[in-house]
Amino acid sequence: MDILTSLIGGFAVAVTPLNLALAVFGCFAGTLIGALPGLGPVNGVAILIPVAFAMKLEPGSALIMLSCIYYGCMYGGRISSIMLNIPGDEPAIMTTLDGYPMARKGQAAKALGISAVASFTGATLATLGLTFFAPLLAKAAIHFGPADYFALYVMAFATIGGVTGVNPFKTLLAAVLGLLLASVGLDPATGTARFTFGSYHLYDGFDPIVAIVGLFAVSEIIMYFESHATSGAGPAKLGRALPRLREVFEGFPAALRGSVIGFVCGVLPGAGASLGAFVSYSTEKQISDKKGTFGTGDPRGIAAPEAGNNAASGGALIPMLTLGVPGSGTTAVMLALLVSLNIQPGPLLFERQPDLVWGLIAALYLANLVLLLLNVPMVGIFTRLLSLPQWLLMPIVVMVSFIGIYSISHSSFDLFVMIGFGLLGYALRKFEISLVPVVLGLLLGADMENNLRRALSISGGDFGVLLQSPIALVIYGFTALMLLFSFGIAMRRRTAPLED
Amino acid sequence: MSYTRSLITGAILATGLTAISAVTASAAECIAPADPGGGWDFTCRTVGRLLTELGLEESTVQVTNMPGGVGAVAFANVAGKRASEGDLLVATSTVGVTQIAQGKYPGGVDVMRWVGMLGTDVGVITVPADSEYETIGDLLDALKADPTSVPVAGSSGAGGWDHIRLLMLADAAGMPGDDYKAIRWVQFDGGSPAVTQMLGGQVGAVSTDLGEIAGFVESGDIKILAALSDEPIPAFPDAPTAKDQGYDVTGYNWRGFYTGGDVSDEDYQAWVDELKSLFDTPEWKEAAEGNGLITVWRGGEEFEAYVADQAKQMEEISRSIGVIQ
Repeated sequence: MDILTSLIGGFAVAVTPLNLALAVFGCFAGTLIGALPGLGPVNGVAILIPVAFAMKLEPGSALIMLSCIYYGCMYGGRISSIMLNIPGDEPAIMTTLDGYPMARKGQAAKALGISAVASFTGATLATLGLTFFAPLLAKAAIHFGPADYFALYVMAFATIGGVTGVNPFKTLLAAVLGLLLASVGLDPATGTARFTFGSYHLYDGFDPIVAIVGLFAVSEIIMYFESHATSGAGPAKLGRALPRLREVFEGFPAALRGSVIGFVCGVLPGAGASLGAFVSYSTEKQISDKKGTFGTGDPRGIAAPEAGNNAASGGALIPMLTLGVPGSGTTAVMLALLVSLNIQPGPLLFERQPDLVWGLIAALYLANLVLLLLNVPMVGIFTRLLSLPQWLLMPIVVMVSFIGIYSISHSSFDLFVMIGFGLLGYALRKFEISLVPVVLGLLLGADMENNLRRALSISGGDFGVLLQSPIALVIYGFTALMLLFSFGIAMRRRTAPLED
Repeated sequence: MSYTRSLITGAILATGLTAISAVTASAAECIAPADPGGGWDFTCRTVGRLLTELGLEESTVQVTNMPGGVGAVAFANVAGKRASEGDLLVATSTVGVTQIAQGKYPGGVDVMRWVGMLGTDVGVITVPADSEYETIGDLLDALKADPTSVPVAGSSGAGGWDHIRLLMLADAAGMPGDDYKAIRWVQFDGGSPAVTQMLGGQVGAVSTDLGEIAGFVESGDIKILAALSDEPIPAFPDAPTAKDQGYDVTGYNWRGFYTGGDVSDEDYQAWVDELKSLFDTPEWKEAAEGNGLITVWRGGEEFEAYVADQAKQMEEISRSIGVIQ
């Protein structure tokens, strides 16, 4: 077996005392960076690239440390989703839906345990996929054109009405608001400025991380001021500090399904981890939510999106390494790192620098193992966060996010945007409109539009192009089936509400 | 009690905001007017790293990412607040000058002092290896006969540098200006995504910089119909230039720096000398060539004149092809 020999060679590169120490450091730092809202993998990797250079690390070692940070962030993002109802990074947004309710019920440790195992499942399956099928999958992904990507986004948005438990009309309204916000900025196809009111700061549109922190964290503070700390949610029940082993595997089948969906989204460079987590969650809800428990703290509602976003992050390395096409902001930074180490990713990377590639892949296996071992005992530390009173915790969280966001963009404008989003979030909460679809609209809207525009540029404006690709037709068929299925469930629930 | 808590909440928040404003700048700074990961980011990080490693700068050069408006945010920031800071460099390229020429920055090239360029990427027109087009003439003839026949992709939007380079070729081939808009131009987020979409059969040709996509040429997946350079590209001496095929078009994408307009002559000259010293090292040559760049030096007044000339030329091209009125 060629691949196995190469992989063993890779482990020989990765398992040196220095590299192992770097891997543990990377995993730990990554988990923390991921857990802090406003600081995500993009910032984490970008901040630590100079550190790697300053330490005069070998390219292999630098890559190992930074990919451990990358995977670590993906593990860490879920922590603040579950504990604070604030997504630690973009793909962790779906985890708030069931993770936070579980934490409020005193099952924080269980939720963190389940999501750690789900993250491990997703990331490990994706790394296996990367090991054995990378070149093959890259060849397949090439055949996804703009019309097919557009179909994928249509599928995602078609299921959005059912994603949050509340009134589907309010959910749709929120999603439309998100899509509108996504249209702000330079139109990439023509370079025309839209809704920028002459401000250069709006040329790149709204940064999703800024929006997330504003909508979730800043609005929470405003709510708190309003209630004068008298009513409010109050401290959550602490529950057990560590999860039981049996509980941790409760969402395992959901994690497996989520991994597959997330991996596919990751391999497609036009999709990415946020879409992966979103589709994993909505599919899982379609399949498993027979009793309407999703959104109230269902373990499967954590397992599926966490497995999905970790699998997508692993999958995204495939187009990055084999084609030089980054599927996400983080892989773009990893790509930049490779380039600054004089390594040119692309079709020849596996042939030219096998030591490096296989060392990286071996490091990813190690990172996963270290992260699992690190994250299960760390659950105890994070659950204690809940014993901190809200009036102390929330301002600190917002402060850290302010610093995190400023340290990357060096723009006080972003901070005002964040406060603006806080006011918006406050208004939406008052109307009991879920914030998650707003962020999904903002996160995915631009890509959806760009792919539609590309498809139409290719066809010269003929909308028929959207239905000419067999891949797109299959996706639309699947979407129709999913809609029929959920319609059926809704009807059954209406006719026999007491059955369960 | 509850008011006290609200007060503390507010106080912590205020402390945090004050802490942010206290972030101080270090010795030398390079602004990459883009997110981490792009070409400008690479320019800052590579040059910054080499300046420190080679001892040309005493301390580490701090790289600041200031994304927004294809460089406009950084341009506005430097012009407005940091015009006289002598220890500041801003990475830019032909793409930035294109934006300036099309009036998309708050000011013209004369607002800044242009320090120098250290290397250049070369524009290429590529097709899949098994394409029916063998020469740039074949492709241009097909586009002349029916501008809608071949969708072409690149990493810039309509009116951006990748698009303009294609239209310059169409112009050289004698295509009437009214037909330019009929050419189907597809924007992707970079050269590699454009090439992979071409390999997937979505578009017929790609016009972009060679550096990012050189791997696909080496692997034999795609072929270069025309290199938009005066001389053949050293890494691919067999790839024909557009000039050799009778189309007098060149399209470089140089990498260089500007600094604020009020920087003293002394500080300005110090940057020019320092970058020239870097340019003369084998380390720069290796880093640049590893990324598909050709090493070319233009610095000081020569570079000022070059940029002014290029902006003027770009404005004329943009006007003649209808990108600006």
